[in-house]
Amino acid sequence: MRLVEHLPALLVVVPLMAAPVCFVMRRPVAAWGISLLVSWSCLAMAVGLLALVMQGGPISYLLGGWAAPWGIEYRVDALDAFVLVIVAAIGAIVALAAKRSVEHEIPEERRYLFYAMFLLCLCGLLGMAITGDAFNLFVFLEISSLSTYVLVGLGRDRRALTAAFRYLVIGTIGATFYVIGIGLAYMMTGTLNMADLAVRLPDVAHTTTVQAALAFLVIGIGIKMAAFPLHLWLPNAYAYAPSISTAFLAGTATKVSVYVFLRVVLGMFGGTGLLKAAAVPDLLMVIALIGMFVGSAVAIWQADLKRSFAYSSVAQIGYILFGVSLLSTTGLAAGIVHLFNHALMKTAIFLALTAVFMRTGSVRIDALAGIGRRMPLTMVAFLVAGLSLIGVPLTVGFVSKWYLIQAAVEAGVWPAAVLVLLSSLLAVVYVWRVVEVAWFHKATEATMKVTEAPLTVVVPTWVLCAAVVWFGLDATGTMAVARTAASFLSQGIAP
Amino acid sequence: MRAKPVLRVSAKLLIPFILLFALYVQFHGDFGPGGGFQAGVIFAAGFILYALIFGVSNAQAALPPASRRWLMGGGVLLYAGVGVAGMLAGGNYLDYSVLGETPTGGQHLGVFLVELGVGMNVFASVATIFFVFAGRDVRRGEGGR
Repeated sequence: MRLVEHLPALLVVVPLMAAPVCFVMRRPVAAWGISLLVSWSCLAMAVGLLALVMQGGPISYLLGGWAAPWGIEYRVDALDAFVLVIVAAIGAIVALAAKRSVEHEIPEERRYLFYAMFLLCLCGLLGMAITGDAFNLFVFLEISSLSTYVLVGLGRDRRALTAAFRYLVIGTIGATFYVIGIGLAYMMTGTLNMADLAVRLPDVAHTTTVQAALAFLVIGIGIKMAAFPLHLWLPNAYAYAPSISTAFLAGTATKVSVYVFLRVVLGMFGGTGLLKAAAVPDLLMVIALIGMFVGSAVAIWQADLKRSFAYSSVAQIGYILFGVSLLSTTGLAAGIVHLFNHALMKTAIFLALTAVFMRTGSVRIDALAGIGRRMPLTMVAFLVAGLSLIGVPLTVGFVSKWYLIQAAVEAGVWPAAVLVLLSSLLAVVYVWRVVEVAWFHKATEATMKVTEAPLTVVVPTWVLCAAVVWFGLDATGTMAVARTAASFLSQGIAP
Repeated sequence: MRAKPVLRVSAKLLIPFILLFALYVQFHGDFGPGGGFQAGVIFAAGFILYALIFGVSNAQAALPPASRRWLMGGGVLLYAGVGVAGMLAGGNYLDYSVLGETPTGGQHLGVFLVELGVGMNVFASVATIFFVFAGRDVRRGEGGR
């Protein structure tokens, strides 16, 4: 057997098989070792796939050897491979930092569970990105969601349980809506293969069944990606989950959901003409713009920094959706590249907060007084990622906003471009208030005793910060991938 | 419940048949209605009936948390492992046709093993969910948490 041919399957199977091994062994350190090994090999496989796809075009893998529209097909094109790299990279970085943080926040007898769930979640997220079958996507969605509920519920704070339960209820509604939508589409076309659905849906687009399918899918996926009015599960889930879970989920879970939105709503329904007839783009743009402002504004008033940056994530999803709502190649490319950029900076921020929590036992803003001098490495990393969230030049945030505004101007929506800039000012406020407390407030007695976080947490944070600057200086690579993905998607959208 | 002779005797009579029926559903799933999931649930139902009549601690002794954990993990590994075996034998992942001498024989063997994996996992999971709700696992901090 040639290993390269089987990369699409192995990428999902390796974490899937590693998870039960961790679960049966129940040894936290061994489980961490396995997670580290698996997540880095997933990263290597994902990068390999991306290289293959960029050279030779989409790859198709038939599970069980059953031919495509009938059997389950794994299909990797530029967009899939890009999302795979994002998820695997964040997983690998988080796995590096996980050991010390898990030891700090999760009781010993449950640590193995964290790693088992981390691997399952990784498997589910990678599977969602790789599969070309709409129902198989639902299965992976459930794998990742169920493990996410546990990852959230493992938090030491008892409120983590209510946050996880709330997410479970809302997330299940989202997943159910998704499966209802897919069911309705299946009813009219008799196929579950996404490429096949994209071909067959235009013929039946005039039926209410297909229109209802689109509505269910938009709402269902909207819940999963925490798009503005459907985001209520997210702040508490991120705030009360163990810090390291938050770092992983913030960089991956909502990103993959946005990918699903692109793949299902634009990819499958793009050719039907329903998107423009039903004013989906306009609606999406308004929601995205409101999300940017509401998310950022609420972030300013949160005392708990994890909550604050969770709300910031809602705003960032708004930026991505704004790019998507333009439905142009430039807009889609801006949205897709922001998937990657936001994953980098938000994971860096949450890793820095993980480090802070390890040393101070709190991520409330008043606990950070004067911490900038006590934990310089962590807080400078936080600052770099924070500047990127604002969109300062030399960081990836600038690249995203540059292309977003370019796309908005190209589409002739000047006011929206101005609003994107204005909402960035709100990011200045919620990042600056942390900077002010950390560097310009006097250290309290508690923070005087604080020392720098262990290197195993600081180094991964800095790796991400280095990536934030690197891809901010030279965005040709990421933009090339995003453009390829975007042009492929926009080709399928009916004018 | 131990004082109720009718319940005890009828449970003792029923349980072997429940387990036997589960095995039938499991292994006859290739030819008739059934399969790993249904068989796992029925098999677990036998143990749950035993726990209801003879007490949770007796049922726990018959089915300790460690064995349930092995069944749960082992089921997934068996399923995924059959897929990998197909890969090693020269087919795609989960291609059973290459597992046997003839494609039909291979499909037979593949589905048999995969369903066995499903049955193991579902049985252990359903039993664990029952035990956790029945309270023993929570107090001792063991099992599937």
